[in-house]
Amino acid sequence: MGSSKAVLDSSRCKGCGYCVEECPKDALFFGKHTSDKGYTTVELNEEACIGCGVCYRVCPDYVFEIVEATE
Amino acid sequence: MEKVLMKGNEAMAEAALRSGCRFYSGYPITPQTEILEYLSWRLDEVGGTFVQAESELSGINMLLGASAAGARVLTSSSGPGFSLKQEGISYLVAADLPAVIIDVMRIGTGLGDIMQGQGDYLQLTKGGGHGDYHTIVLAPNSVQENSDMMDLAFDLAEKYRHPVLIASDAAIGQIAEAVELKEFREHDRDKYEWSIKGCKKGDEQRKIQNTYYTMPSYPEYLKAKYAGMESNEQRWESYRVEDAEVIAVAYGISSRVSKEAVDIAREKGLKAGLIRPVTLWPFPVKAFAGLKSVKAFISVEVNILGQMADDVRLATQCKYPVGSYGTFYDIPDPDVLVEKIEAFYEKEREK
Amino acid sequence: MNLKVPESITFAKTGFCPGCGHGIAIRLIAEVMEEMALTEKLLAVVDVACSSLAIDMWRFDTVMAAHGRPIPTAVGVKHIRPENPVMAYFGDGAAYNIGMAETVHAALRNDNICVFVVNNSVFGMTGGQMAATTLPWQKTVTSPYGKDPKKYGTLDITKVIGQMDIAYLARGELSGAAGIEQSKKMIKKAFEKQLANEGFCLVELLSECPTNLGMAPVDMMKHVHTAMAGYFKPGEFIDKGGSGR
Repeated sequence: MGSSKAVLDSSRCKGCGYCVEECPKDALFFGKHTSDKGYTTVELNEEACIGCGVCYRVCPDYVFEIVEATE
Repeated sequence: MEKVLMKGNEAMAEAALRSGCRFYSGYPITPQTEILEYLSWRLDEVGGTFVQAESELSGINMLLGASAAGARVLTSSSGPGFSLKQEGISYLVAADLPAVIIDVMRIGTGLGDIMQGQGDYLQLTKGGGHGDYHTIVLAPNSVQENSDMMDLAFDLAEKYRHPVLIASDAAIGQIAEAVELKEFREHDRDKYEWSIKGCKKGDEQRKIQNTYYTMPSYPEYLKAKYAGMESNEQRWESYRVEDAEVIAVAYGISSRVSKEAVDIAREKGLKAGLIRPVTLWPFPVKAFAGLKSVKAFISVEVNILGQMADDVRLATQCKYPVGSYGTFYDIPDPDVLVEKIEAFYEKEREK
Repeated sequence: MNLKVPESITFAKTGFCPGCGHGIAIRLIAEVMEEMALTEKLLAVVDVACSSLAIDMWRFDTVMAAHGRPIPTAVGVKHIRPENPVMAYFGDGAAYNIGMAETVHAALRNDNICVFVVNNSVFGMTGGQMAATTLPWQKTVTSPYGKDPKKYGTLDITKVIGQMDIAYLARGELSGAAGIEQSKKMIKKAFEKQLANEGFCLVELLSECPTNLGMAPVDMMKHVHTAMAGYFKPGEFIDKGGSGR
């Protein structure tokens, strides 16, 4: 599991915060990023991400992709 | 060609499936119920689908789905039930979907009554539901025409991607006459590119929705479509109009009586004629051009107010007096009708 | 592990409000179609309310039906194209208010279609009016003092069609990863049953509507799991295959 990571397309994010609430590692947070539409968009602390896919599953706006790390 | 004795309603039902229609969803209401009864077993015989829906609303929306999937589709109703279908007809128009919808007209407002009538002229020809639209309306006046016009209705619906209405009436629906049935025609549900069938990779997604959502020029498109119908699809029958001074305008069962009345009037020395609209919309305006000796028109209908009379006024640009004779429950009696025409014409001449 | 939204999602428009559950439901359906290799076959019918926005979010051939009539429209589609999977995808207002007769009668006929009802307990598109599913004492713009249960009941679909001879009746929640995964299994089961000609399948999906319930999205997500799922119990209520078609 540890070899997978979340990849974000934050331009799709509407800032609902479901992923931030549900992330088991608190790897997602709201900082200062905003989208063109004016939403505060989610950011990822890659160090903490374990690629579990919870964010992908709860996101209504298809921000996340989980990608297996390749060496 | 086989010739058989059939009720008008059954003739429409049989003709529809011979036109390639394989889907019917409807709800019982007198005097059109024979259409359901007939198709409930007959569609099964030819591998089609009959659904007795829980309401007219459900029936018209099943029809919309079946049409969107590419089938030739039919439903039918009468008066109060037809009113319930109007929302669905508006949606069919908005989505450019072909369909044929029969109104076996009865009489009256509200529940009205199951008796003979031509009570739905206004709701059939003036749009009927919400929004900007017309529908082509065909008005048969015999069991034979009930049959013949189904082919035409399905072809027009396909040509214009638009619902087409059949304005039959209780008398034509209930009488039995000899009818020559047409040959069977096949319809391929994959005939149209636009119908939903599954979106393959690389295909453009098919969306059956309000056409204007994806067509910025929709107002021009819609106007052009109706202008095309108005110039190409006017149909009528003129009878002894060349030298006529007073012309009855009548469709459906009233036109049969009116034709007889014209002959009786002629025998009595009154130069009467008949214009019979075969399409109620587009109204056959062309039939009213070039009439040399006419002095007045009278619309003859089985309803109270003379619902068609305004269209006669418009067709003649209000240049002539236009009266109306409407019976209520009854098919007009030809002799009484002649008296009414005479009295109307006499009164107009005195003016 | 690789997770990626299926190609049948277009991303062309994302018209739903922040936190709306529709986006999740749409992804689940797209994933199930991909897993079952039905993406190129699915025929979808949506309503004119919020679910109508789905027509631009997926690449399935789709009909937008009149308000409350996606079920009869889908029934018409299925009769003409029985080899295609057909679904009606719409909200509780359409399914249980204006379209209740159609819902009950399709179940009565055991029509072989999948029905997915996104239940957010209000009328979303028109701005949050009271629905049949609005919870007792829930405030809406047409029940400003709370929905009085003496005047308006709260409709649980499992109590209406729960004894009928249909193929599948289930309720999931679009709240939390576990609830969402459970909902996906229900959606998949419904399509499997349709392919096996077992008949009518209805899956209700309890969903967020932060805009119209006046809640922050995360509070709304919790509300779905606690208040809504507390009243409308998730689970499988009919799973017997119906009497077949």
